[in-house]
Amino acid sequence: MEPVGTTDEVILPVDHGERLAVGFCRILRQAGVRLPLSATIAFVEALGLVGAETRDAVYWAGRATLIHRPEDIALYDRVFSVYWQKRMGETVSFEGTPQSVVLALDLGEDDDADDGGDDVDENESEIQPVRFSRTEILTSKDFADCTKDELDELTRLMSRLAFTTSQRRSRRLTPAKGRGDRPDLRRTVRRALRHHGEPMNRAYLEKATRPRRLVLVLDVSGSMEPYARALIRFAHAAVVARGRVEVFALGTRLTRLTRHLTSRDPDIALRAALPEVKDWAGGTRLGEGIREFNDEWAIRGMARGSIVVILSDGWDRGDPTQLGEELERLHRVTRELIWVNPLKATPGYAPLAAGMAAALPHVDRFIEGHSYASLEQLAIILAGVGSDRVTELRVS
Amino acid sequence: MAPSDFTNPKSVDEVMAGLADNDYLADEGLATSIFLSLTLGRPLFLEGEAGVGKTEVARVLSRWLGGRLIRLQCYEGIDSAQAVYEWDYARQLLHLRTAEATSDDLDASRLEAELYDERFLIRRALLEAIDAPPGAPPILLIDEIDRADDEFEAFLLEALSDYSITVPELGTFTAERPPRVVLTSNRTRDVHDALKRRCLYHWVEHPDFDREVEIVKLRAPGVADSLARQVAAATEAMRGFGLYKPPGVAESIDWALSLAALGRESIDETSVKATLGTVLKYREDQDRVANHGIPDLVRNALLRGG
Ligand SMILES: Nc1ncnc2c1ncn2[C@@H]1O[C@H](COP(=O)(O)OP(=O)(O)OP(=O)(O)O)[C@@H](O)[C@H]1O
Ligand SMILES: [Mg+2]
Repeated sequence: MEPVGTTDEVILPVDHGERLAVGFCRILRQAGVRLPLSATIAFVEALGLVGAETRDAVYWAGRATLIHRPEDIALYDRVFSVYWQKRMGETVSFEGTPQSVVLALDLGEDDDADDGGDDVDENESEIQPVRFSRTEILTSKDFADCTKDELDELTRLMSRLAFTTSQRRSRRLTPAKGRGDRPDLRRTVRRALRHHGEPMNRAYLEKATRPRRLVLVLDVSGSMEPYARALIRFAHAAVVARGRVEVFALGTRLTRLTRHLTSRDPDIALRAALPEVKDWAGGTRLGEGIREFNDEWAIRGMARGSIVVILSDGWDRGDPTQLGEELERLHRVTRELIWVNPLKATPGYAPLAAGMAAALPHVDRFIEGHSYASLEQLAIILAGVGSDRVTELRVS
Repeated sequence: MAPSDFTNPKSVDEVMAGLADNDYLADEGLATSIFLSLTLGRPLFLEGEAGVGKTEVARVLSRWLGGRLIRLQCYEGIDSAQAVYEWDYARQLLHLRTAEATSDDLDASRLEAELYDERFLIRRALLEAIDAPPGAPPILLIDEIDRADDEFEAFLLEALSDYSITVPELGTFTAERPPRVVLTSNRTRDVHDALKRRCLYHWVEHPDFDREVEIVKLRAPGVADSLARQVAAATEAMRGFGLYKPPGVAESIDWALSLAALGRESIDETSVKATLGTVLKYREDQDRVANHGIPDLVRNALLRGG
């Protein structure tokens, strides 16, 4: 079966039933399931094998060929029931065309995606103290007090944060320059051959170093709104610059953002990530969220030996004792648990929020995160964790 | 019954029956993905919590279809020397030394040909599976792929797309009949989409209550009916407690066996306390269950299990 046409509008030489399957895939794709054309073809093939006579057969053929991660199952189920339900009763002959099915899909919109441009108001300079450059002032300004243009400029600056990484020795062995951890017989044989069989020159292997995994958990609840966008931008800078970074958004529920932040272009990445956070600026249940994070990801391996950073103001509608307990669990498996709180720098702020108070005993560091400068500081700390010396932060 | 020789099963039902004959009870979803994997000749990717029966699928397939089981256990840092092949450098060096000692006029290119001969080749799982002798194709189990790193995934993706492996010194090995491949993951980390998309995918859930009862009865034949039901009910309840390691089917089976060994046909508080260690491997999970209340757990299990 040779597909023709562009990726958007694929026309397969198909019969009625196949067209129905292709229509189903298109809707799944619109709903946010990543679905290459090859998956659609596999689905059609699978239907040919299991038949389309029963609902279960169609359902499972689709599950096996179209869905590749458990998060998509709920979405699949919803689309499936709307799309196939009516049709299954109608017998094998598949009436109707997929185009006639209309589903209301909540895709979210990133309304701030337009480019603010580089032209910041130059007139402002006359009211600034002479000792500081405009940028210097801006970098210490609280994100919550910034205008949209200032925020744009700061987030643009973030691409320049270069995260030097703290290394963790991995078990993979790479060729060593001189005398390494283990003799490298493979290279020794090669060298010996070059020298007519005399193993005069022994080669060695040494352990390669890899960056420690960094896991960022961003609170995106209502109270964090002034900071969330800047923090997500920070997360993106980390993902792009460093490798082995995982990012989660935490509101009323936990959303994994990593895969959406991988585009080098920050605007594209943010446009991909923001609609993923369905509960943007909703309420928080931090303890419950961290529990989910622990159960689904952290304790199973992701947090082991890793640096975990929670960026949150600590306001929690849930039970503070749960938050304390969950952080204690998390802390036990991490290399370092860091809490970044944008409110920490607020004059007169004490960790009054019950959640924050419950959290403090279990974190290794509690630092501020309200401004560009404080995030720059965070990047320096992250670079230092786990390595013997604090590596310098490079700003190009 | 095995499908004759190495032909593929004809239907999902045939798969279910074949697995059941070999003591594995699959639901329709799992059976469909296995059926499609066998008939479409694509790897099967099984993901899910610990102990839900992922690895066992490969073992059972091997028993049912008659292909040899070749297992590759993944771990952090695994590379092609452990997965595909490696030269036996120690023996090669020895050979070099001997050649050197016995002849004073060494011909380097002849020596090289001698050194890189198949007899110095150590075959690992992937090469074994691809260069298998004629007969029923082997079942290649790539277990816990989530523990390997990305580089290894990329490598596997390549090897699994053309089922051929090149050893520069010897040439290319290509599978006459591709092995049947089963990959498992506990999802401690996301495996790359590209690799998953090569495969038929199934997210393996804990079995529902009735199926779990059947599995326990099948795998722990001496156990009383009532006990099997109560054990299944209690494990099912514990899975809702937010444990570090929720009990899998394996634990239900072990638990039923230990209770039966204590002579029980029904659970009670004392025997549950005495055997909790077979279900829960972590101290704090045991504490957590104790906090939820063992009397409650027992009462509900008796209600549900009868
Ligand atoms: N559907 C089933 N039918 C029969 N036995 C089963 C089934 N599921 C699980 N079991 C039993 O449970 C045991 C554990 O399963 P298995 O080792 O395959 O789990 P797993 O998912 O690979 O777990 P892990 O992630 O810990 O490796 C098997 O040896 C088998 O006895
Ligand atoms: Mg296993």
